Amino acid sequence: MTRQQVLDLYFLDARSKLIEVAAFLDRVDRADGGVDFRLAAFRQAMRHLADGAPRRAEKVLLALSDPTNEPVAKAPGKGAIGAWPNRVKS
Amino acid sequence: MRFIEPHAHMVSRTTDDYAALVTAGCAAVCEPAFWAGFDRGSAAGFHDYFHQLTDFEPQRAAKFGLPHFCWLCLNPKEAEDLRLAKDVLALIPQFLDRPTVLGIGEIGLNKNSRNELAILERHIELAARHDQLILVHTPHLEDKLKGTRLTIDALRNQPRIRPERVIIDHVEEHTVKLVLDAGFWAGMTLYPTSKCTPARAVDILDVCGTERLWMNSACDWGESVPLNIPRTALEMRRRGWSAAAIDRVIYQNPVQFLSQCPKFRLPPD
Repeated sequence: MTRQQVLDLYFLDARSKLIEVAAFLDRVDRADGGVDFRLAAFRQAMRHLADGAPRRAEKVLLALSDPTNEPVAKAPGKGAIGAWPNRVKS
Repeated sequence: MRFIEPHAHMVSRTTDDYAALVTAGCAAVCEPAFWAGFDRGSAAGFHDYFHQLTDFEPQRAAKFGLPHFCWLCLNPKEAEDLRLAKDVLALIPQFLDRPTVLGIGEIGLNKNSRNELAILERHIELAARHDQLILVHTPHLEDKLKGTRLTIDALRNQPRIRPERVIIDHVEEHTVKLVLDAGFWAGMTLYPTSKCTPARAVDILDVCGTERLWMNSACDWGESVPLNIPRTALEMRRRGWSAAAIDRVIYQNPVQFLSQCPKFRLPPD
């Protein structure tokens, strides 16, 4: 596909999702509350969108991933959160 | 259009979904054993579930002329209870000779715990001992990268496992190359909000090629779309893929992998 064709096919959809992200961040700012590792991880991952380098989807996923290699002693429940709590501290 | 749905939890779906799948061109559906949304209290619950997968569900699908196959295991979400896990592992061999059982799956990791890893290794050993195909679930969201690495290590540690007989499912942009470069097959799961969207799945095909890759809806009791394979085929058409290239991904690739099990046979066209 040419760049023109990609834009014709996906621009409006991506524009909509970009505004959703912007509105989400505004919504979070308007709400009361303290620091949350998910928001910090989200802001760190967003940096890859604007750095002009390729493989952005992969880098965003890596930024939200547990990078360690050792199994944990016990499963802390069943569900996943979407960001790794220790990423921002490390 | 024809396609194989290689990963769908039909016990959680309505009969309408069978009708919709067949209407859209589905030629076979394959159902891995999974978590019911709650922890089963005993191995007897799994015994009944394996009967459902190997007996009742193929009959339900047959009413629509749809071949139904399955995979058997204990899902990693229930692997923290080692006693239960070992009891279920002991049950599985009696079902492996049933005519629609393709192999061991979907095994894997959920929160990457030691007990989950121990039970994953037991499943891998069981598959090796019975020369079964393997279907692997990789963890969700932040746990996927680590879980994929641990799973690949566990598979490599069992010398009787041949990578071409293992599919590692739910890959995304950050794990697909780990899986393919290690010689395994990779599955892309088409979900509305997690895993891959249709557009991202086609991106992965554009970047990685079509060898040793398949797609599935993994539809279950959660938010999921049983027709996401044909919808992704539509996405491919919009992006200029030929009908033959689409058929390669959504039909021939799964047939190629699954045919390594002699029980996977489709009725003639």
